[in-house]
Amino acid sequence: MTALLEVEDLRVAYGKIEAVKGISFTVEAGQVVTLIGTNGAGKTTTLRTLSGLLKPVGGQIKFNGRSIKRMPAHQIVSLGLAHSPEGRHIFPRMTIEDNLRLGAFLRKDKDGVEKDIRRAYDLFPILGERRKQAAGTLSGGEQQMLAMGRALMSQPKLLMLDEPSMGLSPIMMQKIMSTIAELKAQGTTILLVEQNAQAALSLADQGHVMEIGRIVLSGTGQGLLHDESVRKAYLGED
Amino acid sequence: MTTQITAPETPSAPAFGAKASGLFGIPAPVGRALAAGGGVLTVAATFLAWTWTAEFPGDLTVYGYPGGLQVLVLIGGVLTTLFALASHGVRGVRRIAPAGADAAVKLAALGTFATAWYTVLAISVELGGLVNLEPGGWIVAVTSLAALVGALALPFERPEPDPVDPDSTAWEKTAHRLAHGWQTVKAAFASGSPRPLRELPSWAEILVVVAILALGLTVFTYGIGTSYDELFIGFLLLAGFGFAALNKAGLVAHATQITGRHQNVTLCGAFVAAALFPFTQTDDQYATLGVYILIFATVALGLNIVVGLAGLLDLGYVAFLGVGAYAASLVSGSPSSPFGVHFPFWAAVLIGAVASLVFGVLIGAPTLRLRGDYLAIVTLGFGEIFRITANNLDGTSGPDLTNGSNGISSIPNLDILGFDFGAPHSVGGFTIGRFANYFFLMLVVTAVVVLVFRRSGNSRIGRAWVAIREDETAALAMGINGFRVKLIAFAVGACLAGLAGTVQAHVTYTVTPEQYLFAGAIPPNSAFLLAAVVLGGMGTIAGPLIGAALLFLIPNKLQFLGDYQLFAFGVALILLMRFRPEGLIPNRRRRLEFHDAADAPAALGRTGA
Repeated sequence: MTALLEVEDLRVAYGKIEAVKGISFTVEAGQVVTLIGTNGAGKTTTLRTLSGLLKPVGGQIKFNGRSIKRMPAHQIVSLGLAHSPEGRHIFPRMTIEDNLRLGAFLRKDKDGVEKDIRRAYDLFPILGERRKQAAGTLSGGEQQMLAMGRALMSQPKLLMLDEPSMGLSPIMMQKIMSTIAELKAQGTTILLVEQNAQAALSLADQGHVMEIGRIVLSGTGQGLLHDESVRKAYLGED
Repeated sequence: MTTQITAPETPSAPAFGAKASGLFGIPAPVGRALAAGGGVLTVAATFLAWTWTAEFPGDLTVYGYPGGLQVLVLIGGVLTTLFALASHGVRGVRRIAPAGADAAVKLAALGTFATAWYTVLAISVELGGLVNLEPGGWIVAVTSLAALVGALALPFERPEPDPVDPDSTAWEKTAHRLAHGWQTVKAAFASGSPRPLRELPSWAEILVVVAILALGLTVFTYGIGTSYDELFIGFLLLAGFGFAALNKAGLVAHATQITGRHQNVTLCGAFVAAALFPFTQTDDQYATLGVYILIFATVALGLNIVVGLAGLLDLGYVAFLGVGAYAASLVSGSPSSPFGVHFPFWAAVLIGAVASLVFGVLIGAPTLRLRGDYLAIVTLGFGEIFRITANNLDGTSGPDLTNGSNGISSIPNLDILGFDFGAPHSVGGFTIGRFANYFFLMLVVTAVVVLVFRRSGNSRIGRAWVAIREDETAALAMGINGFRVKLIAFAVGACLAGLAGTVQAHVTYTVTPEQYLFAGAIPPNSAFLLAAVVLGGMGTIAGPLIGAALLFLIPNKLQFLGDYQLFAFGVALILLMRFRPEGLIPNRRRRLEFHDAADAPAALGRTGA
């Protein structure tokens, strides 16, 4: 069985500076895979390249068996790869409902969209309560929920979440993480980028540790969680 | 023209640290009585003669009925009296101020005072001395001042006094005091949020809509028909303060709510009201202004799709108007057209719109990959390229197409289904002249543009435009094809401008390159178009229409400004951007953008993260 996402020797550069220096990993359908690492390791760059917002300088990206390396962003979304970008990037002056609707921009099935909007409200009741409110008035955590709900609206085969816990209070972070666990239980395939290694690894089937543009360590989520060097470098133990 | 702008002109700066809760130490009931009495007496004074000679325009020499500027003062006086009574709590009248009448009476009195004193001063200055004032003039000066003093004495919630840091320098202390004074003035003109609107039966609400539109038509017709500078200035003063007063009284909010509930009725009604405009005129003089305003406003609305919805700053938009106008004039049968063909108008419209569309795509395709400032610079360049190219296609510098700087002249009048647009027609006893004919035609074009704007604004593509404007990264991540969506906005905008251009060619008889400048004294040009959109309110329908009407009328009516027109325009624009950046008619979303903290404190207060 081929993996849903296959990344091979991916290299991305900003001008002359290479931010991702040849990484390879795969995501199988139904898995949660996480990329962890410090600031500047190239995690966000990787996700932005996968979703077509950046163009790679080398390597291969295959999604569902097709090469998406040179595809524009909107086509990649239509193939079923959704990206919830770092910093949430919700549309602050649109209503919550309009935000969700934009997530389903490429879908033509109106009834299905309505159903999925209700599903998003079930998943995040606070969004349903404030559906007519401008999204910018939500708190950081609620905005993150909206960003995730919006990404789910395109019915993705693979959901990429970039730093969903960034800047959130511990309680809100727990809530977001348990939502991700819930999505996993429902069978959503997720590629998760996180700085909070503990939380990400305990959810993940597979984990990859990135350091300055390279994957330095791979393994199962549990395996990495108990790995000596990972515990030292990322989980704050000495 | 908003409260915030006019507030610093308040002649009575508040005494700092005063204990009284009004701006003056007069008890509130006395203030109210003074305002109401002053209002009534001001109204009475407009029936007196203000000057002895008819040399001052407007016939202010007659006892018994008001004329010219007196009518404006009369309206102001009535408004002041009504709001003063409402502030006093008189039954029935109280209803006209759902958000509290105190701020409204202050503004109404200020407007009346400004108009009355402007008139009196204008008489004295123009005729050479106070001796030219009849008793009526003196009386109105005193009564309007009394009303203003009374109104300003009404209590308001003062901002918390903020102690001066004793270590600061003298300059910092002064700045601090000024800032506090400014806060106090702002507080004096602040009003609460309006009482919720009672649900009326829908026929009653529609009647209200009709009344609002009738008022709008009256105000517009009056403004366009002001025949001398003084009257127009008085009109602007009173209209500005009057609108601010109604706004503070909460009436504008209620009107918005009602028209919002009956959007289709309002829109249709607005077109009927606009179509009635030529029937209020006795000759074609002001219909000329009307049709020019309509052309300007329609193009501004087209630009609003590009700027207001899609957020693409286009500084060369007038070129598309030019393409449409040239295309129509070339096939109009004009003797200066090298083609020498005379197409029917529908074909000319089609050619003009398609030509503009093609130009829009041609210019947009390479430039829309740029963001923000770069796009603005490139479009500015393309606008100039169009004008200079049109100038050079004269047979000497290039192929003969546009007849160079002489332009395509003697464009024949339109003739649609036997209806000759060049000749006056008689409709139900009213004579409809040449410009009025074109006014009606242009109104149809405006309707088309409004329709396109509304339909696209509320559609999938409209949401995509707004998404691109708000956050391009996120929009791309949603699967929106940013480039294509922007190109559509650009092309639709261009096409609509071209449509207006086809009519413009016939209205102006001549199409020359100099009509399509980036900036010039006469609208439409790219700078004024953009200003109309920004001033009126981006992303709305009414905004650019009102903005364009003001931007056309003000330079047209205030001829005495002469060379200072552009300067005055610049100052006005800066003031507006400082005090009301969302434009006169703000879009719901835009208001959030500029007044986040003020409008959504409750929601912003509860941060869960």
